[in-house]
Amino acid sequence: MQWETVIGLEIHAQLATRSKIFSGASTAFGAAPNSQACNIDLGMPGVLPVLNQEAVRMAVTFGVAINAEIAPRSVFARKNYFYPDLPKGYQISQFELPIVGKGVVEIELDDGTLKPVGVTRAHLEEDAGKSLHEDFHGMTGVDLNRAGTPLLEIVSEPDMRSAREAVAYAKKIHQIVQYLGICDGNMQEGSFRCDANVSVRPQGGPLGTRAELKNLNSFRFLERAINIEVERQIDLIEAGGTVVQETRLYDADRDETRSMRSKEEANDYRYFPDPDLLPVELDGGLIESVRAAMPELPDARRHRFERDYALSPYDASVLTASKGLADYFEQATKVAGDAKLAANWVMGELSGALNKAGMSLDASPVSAQALGGMLLRIVDNTISGKIAKQVFEAMWAGEGSADQIIDARGLKQITDSGAIEAVVDEVLEANPEQVSNYRKADEKKRPKMLGFFVGQVMKQSKGKANPQQVNELLLKKL
Amino acid sequence: MSLERSDVEKIAHLARLAVSEDELDAVTSDLSNILHLVAQMDAADTAGVEPMAHPLHMAQRLRPDEVSETDQREKFQAIAPLTEDGLYLVPRVIE
Repeated sequence: MQWETVIGLEIHAQLATRSKIFSGASTAFGAAPNSQACNIDLGMPGVLPVLNQEAVRMAVTFGVAINAEIAPRSVFARKNYFYPDLPKGYQISQFELPIVGKGVVEIELDDGTLKPVGVTRAHLEEDAGKSLHEDFHGMTGVDLNRAGTPLLEIVSEPDMRSAREAVAYAKKIHQIVQYLGICDGNMQEGSFRCDANVSVRPQGGPLGTRAELKNLNSFRFLERAINIEVERQIDLIEAGGTVVQETRLYDADRDETRSMRSKEEANDYRYFPDPDLLPVELDGGLIESVRAAMPELPDARRHRFERDYALSPYDASVLTASKGLADYFEQATKVAGDAKLAANWVMGELSGALNKAGMSLDASPVSAQALGGMLLRIVDNTISGKIAKQVFEAMWAGEGSADQIIDARGLKQITDSGAIEAVVDEVLEANPEQVSNYRKADEKKRPKMLGFFVGQVMKQSKGKANPQQVNELLLKKL
Repeated sequence: MSLERSDVEKIAHLARLAVSEDELDAVTSDLSNILHLVAQMDAADTAGVEPMAHPLHMAQRLRPDEVSETDQREKFQAIAPLTEDGLYLVPRVIE
């Protein structure tokens, strides 16, 4: 039987506000446990939630970016369930009237074609706290600093047909929220979390029963978990079993999904409008001002990079994958004045060094200005590309700016033709056999043979001779 | 619409309310009566009336995004049954 996979994603993006969605407590990550959980976050009797206008503006920004309908009136509802990291016994969320309605994003498939993926809705809600199950004398520790952090839950249509498509969509949303500056996108810290609804069906048949996968805190795990869940469901059905609707946890260590809650009442949330919060009414002014302030989005930036910097589609897409990288590239290019060179260095040496060190771009010891400054020295022939790699390594190690390193190490390229000529003469004198071979050789073989002399000259000059001049001089003298 | 005893048991469990065997019949009947009242109201013609999410004809006021709360953990935890290292301790929950 030909099986078809159907996937929808629920993405929780923590909004990058300073304070919580309904209280004035800080949202900063990594504070001492419960030092940022105020009486509203703790659900103390008599407190009232007051909505953060920045969270509303960020939700609207996302909606406008994906061309979604923005609800002029949206309503907060209580989602009732009991868990220790949810002190009120309910989560304030949106149910019937979410702030962002239907929208669409385009993903690029492996073969390069574009596919639209529908966004059903995006709604505002509060995050829960964190439960720590390590040993507290057989008890669970609860940190409520995260409780009340604003979340935008972005729900997709079941439009994806493979794990690869699901990852492409998740990456797209990740890219958009970061470009918009509404979420830092940090998956390790849980600022951007994906749940996947996965089902299988005979090709083109009616939808199968879905399982919801949780604990997918990287794109790699997202892809892996979907693939093994699809396999599990197909095996189950082919063996005569049926898929039950349930939440399954992905266990990366064991590389399996396993059932998390099976209690049938677990999904009975008894939503009702929160009497503590009035309906949110948006005036057209907010939507208009969001539209006017809309930053350049990833696709537009990618096209601009291809057009304005004459980059290949591949280079443009790599460099615009994250806003940080795109900003870095543009700053370096601005200093160096050579986009292609900057692109090669950002995607090559810089990305390589970051990968090797397991560092993120914002922790890079070499700033965009610093890299641009070094590239400028390649452009103006102060150093060759080869020497530049040495300079880059020294910059990475914190030895100073490119100019300081070039000075301190005496790496300035030799462009004085007299000095280069002296080295060339020396090399020719030291290798009479090669010289006579070269002179006897066929025209076609000569370019390859010339490489030997160039190499010797570069070696003698410790890589500092200008390669172009070396070539010219050698050709003249041979 | 009337509720069964089993409905009430289920709702009570979801709300973590302890309704004893003796109370169950009375609660079932009371809750059913409330639903009957709602059903009666449901019969009213509300075509053209905009559904309300709140009895007040007002919109939510928004607050500027500013941190205004200070750390008062000690005060809050003074009334908690059990804490350790700044964490609230609760009976073990593992899914």
